[in-house]
Amino acid sequence: MPLPLHAKAEDNLRFIRETMERAGSFTAVSGRGQMAIGATALIAAWLASAAGTSDRWLAVWLGEAAVAVAIAMATTTWKARDHKVPIVSGPARKFALSFVPPMVAGALLTIVLVLRGEFALLPAMWMLLYGAAVVSAGTFSVRVVPFMGACFMLCGAADLVLPAMGNAIMAIAFGGLHLGFGAAIARRHGG
Amino acid sequence: MAKPQPARGKRSHADREPLRELRGKAEASRVPDLDKLIHERMRLAIVSALAATDTLGFNELKDLTGATDGNLSVHARKLEDGGYLTCAKRFEGRVPKTEFRLTAAGRRALERYVDHMEALIRAVRDR
Repeated sequence: MPLPLHAKAEDNLRFIRETMERAGSFTAVSGRGQMAIGATALIAAWLASAAGTSDRWLAVWLGEAAVAVAIAMATTTWKARDHKVPIVSGPARKFALSFVPPMVAGALLTIVLVLRGEFALLPAMWMLLYGAAVVSAGTFSVRVVPFMGACFMLCGAADLVLPAMGNAIMAIAFGGLHLGFGAAIARRHGG
Repeated sequence: MAKPQPARGKRSHADREPLRELRGKAEASRVPDLDKLIHERMRLAIVSALAATDTLGFNELKDLTGATDGNLSVHARKLEDGGYLTCAKRFEGRVPKTEFRLTAAGRRALERYVDHMEALIRAVRDR
């Protein structure tokens, strides 16, 4: 049965709005920013492998997390400015709201696990929750973003099986995946 | 620049009948003809995507619309011929880049189309 005319009109307006929101999400993630985060993560992985103690290892990765947040915020702002789009658009807000809860969960679990001395579980938990954040936030962005999140979750799962490889898998995930997917985003999605 | 042509004919019978009915009303009588150039889904997607951002590359637009290379080229060409978008080709190093941008006429056409859809919805609700 064909749709009534007003239902078709509503469907067309919904289609326009959703297409515009998806197009706006092109500027939410900076590929070059992801590449920069990947490069600093490789340096962090190298420093962490030579850290000697668990506390130093943790300090290196927490420092890297702070650097990554700063790079992501700066490069996202620059990309939005270059593309002349508002930084706080609908898709960007949805992206942030989907991204933040798993990261808050990760921060709380980090505190608990560190207090209990369970350092070996940290890499898997970080990669799984970061991957979950990227997958859920990536539904409001280009297809490559949730795919990157799924790869992080796979790395997290691999680390649960091979906990002794934690630092190496972190280098592959936070370094390699950010570099690879960042290059793809930069090449295909405007920087 | 070619002047965009309003849509004519080739509507399905199911579409024509309710339109005729609506045109009988004072409200609907002011509703213009549908712009066939952007009424087609793929072209509507292209124009909507370009309305949300300054420029989009060929691959970006292809990902957004889910179109194939050939399909996107054909529809983008029709919109370019209608004066709704511009297409600039350049080289980044040795890699050719195609960038699309919505023209003022294209933006006005999308606004008219949205007004048209809203008028149709209003006309039914006011019945």
